[in-house]
Amino acid sequence: MAKVNKALFWSLFAAGGTLTAFLFPVLALIVLIAANGTPPEIMGFEQMKGLLGNWLGKLVAFGIVSLALWHAAHRLRTALHGLGLRADKLVSLVGYGIALLGTLLSAYYLLQI
Amino acid sequence: MAYVRPVSTTTWYLKDRNYFIHMVNELTSFFVGAFALILLWGIGAVAGGPEAYQSFLASLTGPGMRLFLWVTTIVIFYHAIAWFKVTPKAMPVQKGEEFVPGSLIAGGHYVVWVVLTLIVLFLAGVL
Repeated sequence: MAKVNKALFWSLFAAGGTLTAFLFPVLALIVLIAANGTPPEIMGFEQMKGLLGNWLGKLVAFGIVSLALWHAAHRLRTALHGLGLRADKLVSLVGYGIALLGTLLSAYYLLQI
Repeated sequence: MAYVRPVSTTTWYLKDRNYFIHMVNELTSFFVGAFALILLWGIGAVAGGPEAYQSFLASLTGPGMRLFLWVTTIVIFYHAIAWFKVTPKAMPVQKGEEFVPGSLIAGGHYVVWVVLTLIVLFLAGVL
């Protein structure tokens, strides 16, 4: 991998780690509350539409979902290698494949809102 | 040929507490990825309209899904704390000759995290 790509890759990895560390706990908590039968105000359809209906909301949602997917895929790839699984090409294909698909899908969905 | 100490490629992380914790931390990423996919599912449901979104909300309340979200939420909190714990190592801050104490760097992250979490919970209508 070229040096420039490596720097870009690492900054995206770090951004993903930082974003998920700061925001995923509270987001998971909100979804968990909804799963227990009492969705918080923000989980209403109109509220979600308002939140994701503008460019700032779309950009934030896109960044969170895609960076988290890439971050998780990369860490799981190295962890599976650490567990002794030596099928790195297959693991990379599946992990980064899901991350790429999720990135494209989130952009597609967000553009429809 | 030089002697190479044999190291198991499948059980090395069981030999040392720090290696083991590292492996656990990395594996918690599975739940981060899974939750990102749940968020993606929700975004897709919003794009699909009110009915699709209602059925997404209903799917969350199924017993299997609820259990999975309990586990996911707990693991994601652990994952976040593990990330903040290593921030002093990942980004040491030097001030003059001295390094800023690691507890201050990690502590700063915890404070920002708690404040941010409370703000989001307030804006979301939970608090």
